[in-house]
Amino acid sequence: MSNPATPEGANAPTKATPALKDWPLWEVFVRSKQGLEHKHCGSLHAADAEHALQMARDIYTRRQEGVSIWVVPSSAIVASRPSDKGEFFEPAADKIYRHPTFYEIPDEVGHM
Amino acid sequence: MYTQALSIPDPSAKVQPIQPDEPADKLEAFQARIDADGRIEPQDWMPEAYRKTLIRQISQHAHSEVVGMLPEGNWITRAPSLKRKAILLAKVQDEGGHGLYLYSAAETLGVSRAELIEQLLTGRAKYSSIFNYPTLNWADVGVIGWLVDGAAIMNQIPLCRCSYGPYARAMIRICKEESFHQRQGYELLLTMMRGSQAQRDMVQDAVNRWWWKCLAMFGPPDSASVHSEQSMRWGIKRISNDELRQKFVDATVPQAEVLGVTLPDPKLKWNPERGHYDFGEIDWEEFWQTVNGHGPCNKERLGTRIKAHEDGAWVREGALAHARKQRERALRAAA
Repeated sequence: MSNPATPEGANAPTKATPALKDWPLWEVFVRSKQGLEHKHCGSLHAADAEHALQMARDIYTRRQEGVSIWVVPSSAIVASRPSDKGEFFEPAADKIYRHPTFYEIPDEVGHM
Repeated sequence: MYTQALSIPDPSAKVQPIQPDEPADKLEAFQARIDADGRIEPQDWMPEAYRKTLIRQISQHAHSEVVGMLPEGNWITRAPSLKRKAILLAKVQDEGGHGLYLYSAAETLGVSRAELIEQLLTGRAKYSSIFNYPTLNWADVGVIGWLVDGAAIMNQIPLCRCSYGPYARAMIRICKEESFHQRQGYELLLTMMRGSQAQRDMVQDAVNRWWWKCLAMFGPPDSASVHSEQSMRWGIKRISNDELRQKFVDATVPQAEVLGVTLPDPKLKWNPERGHYDFGEIDWEEFWQTVNGHGPCNKERLGTRIKAHEDGAWVREGALAHARKQRERALRAAA
């Protein structure tokens, strides 16, 4: 590939490097210890799922932070919308009878 | 600093702090959350200027990590022992990983990796100017770990509380890994200082060459930093340039004493009234020269990155071709 000399320097390309097709984006979830759940730790680009798993191991578990890795194409994630947060979650907020502290139990019953 | 973007006026940023058409109630809610030390997450509403500033800062931080692999990478093949080689490999690998955490965080703001790489390779985006200086010998490897990573840690710890969630979380990961970087550099220098006179002289010479550059990493003095105020109000920048620089000097002087090196500043002196070390003037002329492209290694660093990107094209294309072939094979098998 030739790089004609430019005023900025012999190695600067005269036009932008043609946009290469990106490897797709994957979200990474790591279970750091048996018994714990997988936690989201970030994203990475990889050509396919196997590749994504290997990259995830290299990027997110350099210090043995993982016993299990999940990779999911970012496009597959369905998320609730922050703008709907109020309506979406509000019904739960006023149902205080879901909490144990709502109920009065006599002391002589002991622990319940 | 790796986050030099905040300290240096950006001629390409023509964005007004608040766009005229941004709704007042959304701005208020946004600011209130920041003032309450809450976090802004990727799908949340945010002012356009907040988004753009963060894209610039996070991506330039990422570029700094990746370009930062080069000065030390230079010495991997010439490390004096297998132990030092393995350590340096691990450190440089970490820097690559840190760049990837940060690109990942920047992409949550709606910019693609391809765009960010293009900005770096065409010179439109910057990286921390500390990496535009050469590593002349093995002592430089130690000094970079001790002083450059040391300065970075000073800046990165407050960033763990940055208002933007993905950036803050990336910084927490990075800080966990960063302390080994500083310790390996310091220990390397201790080893040399306990060696021959030639080794001690080599360490002192490296310190002489890097000390002032590291102080400049924190960016221009507060009095000259026009753009910090908005970043502070939005919880992106937490501590001022001068305050960070002072903390760094105060922490480093005792470390230098234990090492047995002299920091090359005749004005460096404990001030009991201030409770801090006084220090001399930084050569800002030289700093701006380097930031603006005229440092000793700017062309070489960018050239190396461009070459790596171009020489690696076959790997990127090959991986996609392999993935496509595997998919087609699977479809045929299922048919």
